[in-house]
Amino acid sequence: MEKVVYVDNNATTAVAPEVFEAMKPFLTERYGNPSSMHVFGGSIYKEIEKARESVADILGANETSEIIFTSCGTESDNTAIIGTLRSYPDKKHIITTKVEHPAVFNLCKYLEATGYRVTYLNVDGEGMIDLNELQGVIDNDTAIISIMYANNETGVIFPIEEIAEIARLRGAVLHTDAVQAVGKIPFRLTQLPLDFLSLSGHKLHGPKGVGAIYVRKGTKFTPFLIGGHQENSRRGGTENVASIIGLGLACQLAKKAMEKEMTAVRKLRDKLENAILEKIPHTRVNGNKEKRLPNTSNIGFEFVEGESILLKLDEKGIAASSGSACTSGSLTPSHVLRAMGIPFTFVQGSIRFSLSRYNSEKDIDYIVKCMPAMIEKLREISPYGKKGGLSV
Amino acid sequence: MWDYSEKVKELFKNPRNVGEIENPDAIGEVGSIICGDALRLTLRIDKKTDTIIDAKFQTFGCASAIASSSALTEMIKGLTIEQASKVTNKDIADYLGGLPEEKMHCSVMGMEALEAAIANYRGAPFKREMVGEEQIVCKCFSVTDKKIIRAIKENNLKTVEEVTNYTKAGGGCGKCKPEIEKLLKEFWEKEATKPTEKILKKKLTNLERISLVKETIEREIRPKLKADGGDLELVDIDRNKVYVKFLGTCLGCPRTGFTLKALVESKLREFVEEDIVVEEVKEWKK
Repeated sequence: MEKVVYVDNNATTAVAPEVFEAMKPFLTERYGNPSSMHVFGGSIYKEIEKARESVADILGANETSEIIFTSCGTESDNTAIIGTLRSYPDKKHIITTKVEHPAVFNLCKYLEATGYRVTYLNVDGEGMIDLNELQGVIDNDTAIISIMYANNETGVIFPIEEIAEIARLRGAVLHTDAVQAVGKIPFRLTQLPLDFLSLSGHKLHGPKGVGAIYVRKGTKFTPFLIGGHQENSRRGGTENVASIIGLGLACQLAKKAMEKEMTAVRKLRDKLENAILEKIPHTRVNGNKEKRLPNTSNIGFEFVEGESILLKLDEKGIAASSGSACTSGSLTPSHVLRAMGIPFTFVQGSIRFSLSRYNSEKDIDYIVKCMPAMIEKLREISPYGKKGGLSV
Repeated sequence: MWDYSEKVKELFKNPRNVGEIENPDAIGEVGSIICGDALRLTLRIDKKTDTIIDAKFQTFGCASAIASSSALTEMIKGLTIEQASKVTNKDIADYLGGLPEEKMHCSVMGMEALEAAIANYRGAPFKREMVGEEQIVCKCFSVTDKKIIRAIKENNLKTVEEVTNYTKAGGGCGKCKPEIEKLLKEFWEKEATKPTEKILKKKLTNLERISLVKETIEREIRPKLKADGGDLELVDIDRNKVYVKFLGTCLGCPRTGFTLKALVESKLREFVEEDIVVEEVKEWKK
């Protein structure tokens, strides 16, 4: 593979070299089972507990026992939602938003088909929810509210503190899918009264195949994966030791780099965004520009189609992603951009750039250098946006 | 990541015949930016010989839409109108060395633009209009029953998914899927009655159906449920409808709806009859 300018970090991230090194022993000589009575296996249990401390630390959780390791963000989301429905069998109402990640969105669609009542909160043109709408839909039948911390496509950050306060006052269980937020923006769960939080290893320079769920002490919990006594009998299955160790270190590194994420990465993102908006006409930023993850920029290019843009970027060794129909795996564009009511001339040509602390100024300059010509070429082919061409 | 052929990649990278012919002899326009792809085809035609001398295109869409359009213009140059009218979406796909199934609608768009242009040359408006008896089936992508039936016929399509791949119908909100299913059923039933077709699968008698359902439940379904501490009871059978009741850990499990379709119904369809519908009975009083 030639060198790739990777700006698709909301999809997945590079494993930090330190993380890989820390994982290695547990894929080679230290292969024991942490549940074993012998020291060879049993000593590994302590390493897992250290990783648990690191996860609790980046979240600002009160106790390490509030962290349960899972296999991914999706499992964490499923655990919070399905587990809570099992804990409250009489309650049949779920509240979520129209812009959730499929791990929550499709689960809710599925639960809806099996008899649950689901309220999908609207978002405005900037991707923000209306807290009054949330207030109005909570009722005694509400089993759980599941609202993402930050949106994966636009980077828009939801007012989770206020949502948590509303949930607390109304006595509703609150889950947040914080897969995109952890490691990118600072928060302390000691000051954020929510019940469940999901995170994933591979979004913060950890390995794939590992995630965690935070369960506030005192929150009713019913396991999702039923099996052995692992994770304090809250999640069966032999621990994915190496990946858990990797996740622990990734959290430590992310906490240290948070300052950089908020300043240096944001600076690069802003540079990229401003240059594109300035150099290429008929472009717009999708989503609220202020309340946004520091690494994400979702830009709509009018009159051209996202997959074509991605392939042109790919030719230049630039990896990004798109919310266009052709790339969403279906024939309709991203449900997030549609829920926001983004003008349809922009939706199909939306590109998400998501940076990381491993991106450099050089990467940004390279993208800015390449993009105007490729958009111009695609616009030349397009029948839209020109005299005598098709009208929209 | 789509598995595009080298030809698709090449024509996306260096598309031939981009642009528009000034004062063209024919124009064909299909699709729209809302639908995700659109194609504007302009032709220069020698009126004495009815031969296409030049063809140019403008396309909004993905790589395969651009490659399909470029391929089309290359293919039809030099053909007479009569010859060009015989070009099908399959010819375009073949020229490209194949297209991913989900992208076959790009080749259909090429064929439709060509047809619209030919009709335009013969005096019709350049944007194809619906004729009287046509009905819109898929509202998201404005796909008519006529287009769906044609795609079924010309490409030997058997499932709703295939119809979506070729026409996009059903790929938006999905509400028209039952209607597509109906069109498929009607088309293939009509085909089956044609003398050359093979004999229809013999319909089961009620008795045969009941014993087959029972057998399948015992053999294929209950053991799987029991393995998870659940169980199921056959309550009733009414023609193609099978009523069952979940027992054990299945009770109150939020996944029963999924189990009902993915396990019970699919096994019964596999081993008994294709049109079986399973329904869950929640409160069953003797």
